[in-house]
Amino acid sequence: MAILVISEHSADQIKSSTLNCVTAALKLSGDVDLLVAGNSLSGIAQQASQISGVSKVIALDSPSLIHQLPEVLAPLIASLAKNYTHVLAPATNFGKNLLPRVAGLLDVQQISDVIEIVSEDTFKRPVYAGNAIAIVTSSDAIKLMTIRATSFDPAQVSGGTSSVEQGDISSVQEFAGTKFVKEELTKSERPELPAAKIVVSGGRGVGSGENFSIIYGLADKLGAAVGASRAAVDAGYVSNDYQVGQTGKIVAPQLYIAVGISGAIQHLAGMKDSKVIVAINKDPDAPIFQVADYGLVADLFEAVPELTEKL
Amino acid sequence: MKVLIPVKRVVDYNVKIRIKSDKSGIELNNVKMSMNPFDEIAVEEAVRLKEKGIVSEIVVVSIGPDKAQDVIRTAMAVGADRGILVKTDVPTDLGGVEPLAVAKTLKAIIDKERPGLVIMGKQSIDDDSNQTGQMLAAIMGWPQATFASEIVIDSESSAHVTREIDGGLETLQISLPAVMTVDLRLNEPRYAALPNIMKAKQKPMETFSAEDLGVDYSPRLKLVSLEEPPVRSAGIKVESVDALIDKLKNEAKVI
Ligand SMILES: Cc1cc2nc3c(=O)[nH]c(=O)nc-3n(C[C@H](O)[C@H](O)[C@H](O)COP(=O)(O)OP(=O)(O)OC[C@H]3O[C@@H](n4cnc5c(N)ncnc54)[C@H](O)[C@@H]3O)c2cc1C
Ligand SMILES: Nc1ncnc2c1ncn2[C@@H]1O[C@H](COP(=O)(O)O)[C@@H](O)[C@H]1O
Repeated sequence: MAILVISEHSADQIKSSTLNCVTAALKLSGDVDLLVAGNSLSGIAQQASQISGVSKVIALDSPSLIHQLPEVLAPLIASLAKNYTHVLAPATNFGKNLLPRVAGLLDVQQISDVIEIVSEDTFKRPVYAGNAIAIVTSSDAIKLMTIRATSFDPAQVSGGTSSVEQGDISSVQEFAGTKFVKEELTKSERPELPAAKIVVSGGRGVGSGENFSIIYGLADKLGAAVGASRAAVDAGYVSNDYQVGQTGKIVAPQLYIAVGISGAIQHLAGMKDSKVIVAINKDPDAPIFQVADYGLVADLFEAVPELTEKL
Repeated sequence: MKVLIPVKRVVDYNVKIRIKSDKSGIELNNVKMSMNPFDEIAVEEAVRLKEKGIVSEIVVVSIGPDKAQDVIRTAMAVGADRGILVKTDVPTDLGGVEPLAVAKTLKAIIDKERPGLVIMGKQSIDDDSNQTGQMLAAIMGWPQATFASEIVIDSESSAHVTREIDGGLETLQISLPAVMTVDLRLNEPRYAALPNIMKAKQKPMETFSAEDLGVDYSPRLKLVSLEEPPVRSAGIKVESVDALIDKLKNEAKVI
């Protein structure tokens, strides 16, 4: 039997979330095949074939797959899935948008956000913003699950020598009802949030988009990614893809620095597995201090520039 | 256009949940329950579309125990016209009826009601599944626009939706009927005014059972046990930036 991993990638690069998914798949028994889907895939397929642990890369290469719309891709995955015991996708917005559509087509109850593989049919997943961990057994013939990246180490990007097979795209169909119009991606030289070793996040306390420059300053000094609380995103200080939390991105870096963030349950859900947490907040009773290894009660407008300066 | 809004009754987002001592579920005695916050956003969006004259009727549906009527009435108090309760005694503490079965129930309702659009939450904050909308779109064969932060209805048969994706935003043009799931940035839900809460009590509500709709609620996932997440104990407070740098360098060794 075999396991299918659905790769997440941009036009020219496999995303790190795919590597965590491969590691999760390797904990199950069977060969691990990696599906890459898109348009003009040779570069991506080549990268995919070097990932350590992958048995075979299946490339679905078609102009109709350029935007990886679930309406077009899900039926192809559903027909491939019949050859597999498990189908895994990253629990990112990409995987969350796609995999339940496959599950709907296959009449399978998906398991979301798996953090541990207990056995072939039993998995751990967080519920209630991570305030309880449910251990669940699935009775479906094919297990469909999304994988929380921070719970599995990334697979090695090199060392693999898997073959690349061109998947069957004869049944690929444009979906008349859905048209891609445009994409506005945040451009940044900084590391990607979910994979970063250090994350500096700002909250409502930062006060404005301009003031976020002090967060960027500290992040750049540390080579860190920048995150934010929902309040900071809602207020328009930074764009939506910075949000860390229950309904944003999940991070677990070596070091997480929360600046001007109170520490609501929904925010903690996205960062409380970080190795070391630092909180800078002027309110000594802010709940964030209950999870912080090192708390500094201070005005962020003084403490953060001083920290950046002295590092 | 008629819109259908599925709304779920969940533990209020401010409540710190407790696991039952036998690890079989979550303690719900005396716990405040509310409408799933994302569903409030979906209801608000429908009400705004109605105020603009684009939507003619808002039907809300909830699948849950008798008490789920409360969230239907809450939706009516801010402007929904009609309610449907699909009554079940499936326990709700771990998220209630599974997303796949909810999607099938919604299909049965759609077949009766023929809405031009379904707007729903992207995620329930109890089971954190983030599945139902996508599954519903799949079984209807409809377009899906998930994690919406802006919805523009162009006509009875077309809409533009801006979606929150991993690296920023994406805009899709979709034909209607379709399923949209909403994200936090779409709008800010209003509060119900007292007279409207009273009026909501008079609005029509129908009740069905799973059997009436021909949907099977036997779960596919079986709970083995619930665990407490690892607890993080509070660390120490440092006196100064210098002390912080010292700790990070010499004790935690992370910089
Ligand atoms: C369904 C739902 C989902 C949600 N999902 C998320 C999510 O994914 N992520 C998320 O983050 N939130 C989420 N939230 C929101 C969450 O409940 C909180 O509202 C939010 O996290 C608060 O953000 P904050 O800490 O930046 O703001 P606040 O709670 O307002 O805290 C600001 C903090 O800044 C401090 N401060 C102010 N000025 C200074 C200064 N000069 N120096 C130092 N400190 C200062 C204050 O003491 C305060 O502690 C969600 C809520 C709901 C209902
Ligand atoms: N029992 C239910 N009754 C009504 N709507 C529901 C129910 N369960 C899920 N939904 C809808 O599906 C959305 C996503 O839920 P989920 O897939 O469970 O995260 C919710 O925001 C609701 O709009």
